[in-house]
Amino acid sequence: MTQNATDIDLKAETDYKPNGNVVIKMEHLKKSFGNNHVLRDINLVINKGENLAILGQSGTGKSVLIKCIVGLVEIDDGKLLIYGKNISELKDKELIETQKKVGFLFQSGALYDSMTVRENLEFPLRKQLSSIPKEELESIVKEALHDVGLDEAIDKTPSELSGGMRKRLGLARTLILKPEIMLYDEPTTGLDPITSKEISNLILEVQKKYNTTSVIITHDIECTRLTANRIIVLKEGVCAAEGTFAELEKSADPWIRSFFE
Amino acid sequence: MAKIVSQQVYSENKQVEVIMEESPEIVPDSIFKKFFLEVASLTIFTLRFFKEVIKPPYEINELMKQSFLIGYKSLPLVAITGFIIGLVLTIQSRPTLAKFGSESLLPAMVAVSIIREIGPVITALIFAGKVGSGIGAELASMNVTEQIDAMQVSDNNPFKYLVVTRILSATFMLPLLVIFADGVGLMGSFVGVNIKGNVSAYLFFSQIFQSLEFGDLFPAVIKTFFFGFAIGLIATYKGYYSNKGTEGVGKAANSAVVLGSLMVFIIDMIAVQVTSVLQN
Repeated sequence: MTQNATDIDLKAETDYKPNGNVVIKMEHLKKSFGNNHVLRDINLVINKGENLAILGQSGTGKSVLIKCIVGLVEIDDGKLLIYGKNISELKDKELIETQKKVGFLFQSGALYDSMTVRENLEFPLRKQLSSIPKEELESIVKEALHDVGLDEAIDKTPSELSGGMRKRLGLARTLILKPEIMLYDEPTTGLDPITSKEISNLILEVQKKYNTTSVIITHDIECTRLTANRIIVLKEGVCAAEGTFAELEKSADPWIRSFFE
Repeated sequence: MAKIVSQQVYSENKQVEVIMEESPEIVPDSIFKKFFLEVASLTIFTLRFFKEVIKPPYEINELMKQSFLIGYKSLPLVAITGFIIGLVLTIQSRPTLAKFGSESLLPAMVAVSIIREIGPVITALIFAGKVGSGIGAELASMNVTEQIDAMQVSDNNPFKYLVVTRILSATFMLPLLVIFADGVGLMGSFVGVNIKGNVSAYLFFSQIFQSLEFGDLFPAVIKTFFFGFAIGLIATYKGYYSNKGTEGVGKAANSAVVLGSLMVFIIDMIAVQVTSVLQN
């Protein structure tokens, strides 16, 4: 799928129209760590099939926001609804079922160092391993690797992979569970411009192939331009601005414009 | 005036904040506060272990793998240590016994010392150093690189996979290692006896078995289960909830060894008291 990722040069649909099919809804969401009020009042709606980029200075709570969505951080106050279900009110089983629909690509890739690439991909499927025939498991793993252009790396260990390959493998491992919502935590940080573009194109390819809804935390403005249908800018724990790339690029607020310069 | 302070403690996999009122009159030193919060956090962690250990699915493959790494891979170190302890103890004890003309009691004295106390405690300390630091550093580095979070978001239970398996392996492998170390220690003692004497293996081991009682062996083995559990629990706790950053990895490994070793002595002290009460 990504053999010629840089040549494909995909771009997000800037004329994307919300279909009213709300996937994630946040109402007055708050999160603090001690006296550090990271998220003060977040109100946000994310629609199905949308690619939403979240921009903001370091420490404004972008990563905390998506960690709240995936359940790694507990919210203090407000409502967080995923597919209409308030996750604070869900019981364990329902919560797990809802969270299964959410995939998370970590900034570092978060690959399991002690396992090979194959084992990294098989790990999320451990619960189903007994019910999946060996041949089918092999084809699932190979397809996931093919999707991110890592066919040759199946028996390597994470330490033998480059930064870009680690990000791709992290993405493959997330996609193997077929999530409906993809959360990307700074997917292009630490990568050269060519690899960054490949990862950006990969995000779009994944969205098109699996019809996922994506939330992308990034500082990379080129990645934002390529991938986002809509952008929000976080400032001091609230959404300071919202719009398309073209709209925010011409914002009257010089602070918002500074992100796009 | 009382001021509101907050402290992160850990419940399940999530960071939970405990807000409490701090009054200088009531809590004179924040060390006490930190200590009690740490105890509370460790208690929650321990209770979660007992909850997860009985709840299926069981991580049998990982348990076997950890038992191999924790138990089998520790054999050479434990063997060398046990042999040296047996040898040195015999050589050091001989002159004192010789003063009282009791050299013939040397095998019995060394055997009782090794099996009752020195074997379990020294092996547990070596175990805390090797296995405790390894588990602490491994889990802490997994925490730093978000591998634990990655397990959680991929519909796996990292606590069951990483913590429960390691604590169980440590609990069941340490007693086996202690029995092995005791055996090797007695072999070392046999060598030590024969440096300045000529005692046959049959005579040496006959004297040992005649001098040993069930009451010497049984409590010594039982307490090693507690040693192993404490070492595994502290190492996994320190690793699982380490601070982010490379400094956190070092601190986790260090505190796993220090607190694990300290717990060995505390449990040993309690075990000796309990044993003496039960035997009287």
